Amino acid sequence: MAEILSLREAVAALVRPGDTVAMEGFTHLIPFAAAHEVIRQGITDLTLVRMTPDVIYDQLIGMGAARKLVFSWGGNPGVGSLHRFRDAVENGWPRPLELDEHSHAGMANRYVAGASRLPFAVLRGYRGSDLPGRSPTISTVRCPFTGEELAAVAAVNPNVTVIHAQRADRAGNVQLWGLVGVQKEAALAAERVLVTVEEIVDALDPRPGAVVLPSWSVHAIAVAPNGAHPSYTAGYTVRDNDFYQAWDPISRDRDTFLAWMRAHVLEAA
Amino acid sequence: MSWTSDELMTVNAARALAGARTCFVGIGLPSAAANLARRTIEPGLVLIYESGTLGSKPSRLPLSIGDGELADTADAVVSVPEIFNYWLQAGRIDVGFLGAAQVDRYANINTTVIDRGPGRPEGRLPGAGGAPEIAASCGKVLMVLRHSRRNMVERLDFVTTVGHGSGPGDRARLGLPGAGPVAVITDLGVLRPDPDTAELVLTELHPGVSVEQVCEATGWKLRVAPDVGVTGPPTSMELAALRELSDRGASDA
Repeated sequence: MAEILSLREAVAALVRPGDTVAMEGFTHLIPFAAAHEVIRQGITDLTLVRMTPDVIYDQLIGMGAARKLVFSWGGNPGVGSLHRFRDAVENGWPRPLELDEHSHAGMANRYVAGASRLPFAVLRGYRGSDLPGRSPTISTVRCPFTGEELAAVAAVNPNVTVIHAQRADRAGNVQLWGLVGVQKEAALAAERVLVTVEEIVDALDPRPGAVVLPSWSVHAIAVAPNGAHPSYTAGYTVRDNDFYQAWDPISRDRDTFLAWMRAHVLEAA
Repeated sequence: MSWTSDELMTVNAARALAGARTCFVGIGLPSAAANLARRTIEPGLVLIYESGTLGSKPSRLPLSIGDGELADTADAVVSVPEIFNYWLQAGRIDVGFLGAAQVDRYANINTTVIDRGPGRPEGRLPGAGGAPEIAASCGKVLMVLRHSRRNMVERLDFVTTVGHGSGPGDRARLGLPGAGPVAVITDLGVLRPDPDTAELVLTELHPGVSVEQVCEATGWKLRVAPDVGVTGPPTSMELAALRELSDRGASDA
């Protein structure tokens, strides 16, 4: 059953140094507040998994929290490069970053396999691409029924998945809607699940297209209003496109980045 | 009436969607073109974004593929595994519309790394995203990018996404179900694969652009169609629709 904790308690209880951590949310519902708490607690040596690293992993990588990144598209959506990600990969700053790189279809299916507790997933993918040559988690398998050769991708099973949702009830059932991305699969693939929510309500009235994670599939819930900012929470907040654009100059320079993180994350508990 | 080279590119990219029913839309230039097509040549065009929206009808250009309006205006919102497995991989989408960092003469795409020479670390690009499977499984592929020697290269540093591989027959040999790239629309003109060799050939110039200019901006020895045409100038209606979309996008961002 999900325990309702403070964000500080929830992160301390569920995220450990060296863990494989997935913080998902496909542009929508990105769990920034939880990531900032991970940075404040100095939890490091993480293997970070996420289809689109986005600004959230740019911050974690730039603060030296990650030793490895598993991903499929690492840009600042609609703006340009993730400069901290590039600096880590190209120059090893602040520490070298190992990569395991996929396509979106491959990553989505890795989570599906993980949620299903299967060792791998199959797809028609990567054909003719150089990507399989760089990833130990992409291979091929022959269909036993038709003989067709298909791509096989290893399941991903994070130690912890962290997501943000609109709300939970007092029993710890979680409800999210809008672009639901790959969060259900990422949560069910993990050993431990931390959900931040905009609010706790008495009852979850039904919403069209909503995903519900029952209390018994979640380990900790923390209330974090506006906890997806600069991403957004449909029905509560809007995407802060200005921030995504402002991040470009902030993140270009190491010192500017560190000063920003000190002022807005480390000293802003 | 005057226009910019980017407007020429986007207007012609939108025109390339004539007759398409469904389009898997990459963000950036492809999204601008697909949204313009919905306002001009193909009002019924179904826009599909990898964030899981089927039939988005945004009123302004989205900054990212996850902007709330894409979901709010969609016919259906589905999960990311569903969009890739049930809709894309199953062959339900007519056209994939992609941008690219590097393209070669067979319309293969690199969006992964740039080789910066011996002793220097590889330059990092964003990575594959949805492109390898979009290019594999859509009925056909359109590409839009700015034309330069940096983008249109003799040899890719990395093959992220296969267009026509190393020539005719490669797609079938690799088991890629769709027809692959049928046009590359740039700010200078339009390139299409030769039906026999699969090599990109300059088939149309934009108004005011010379063949020499395009060859100069291409990193390989570009073949030019014997009867190279000129694209029709943007109409006032196309330009007005594009500018309205862009202005709304800018005021939102």
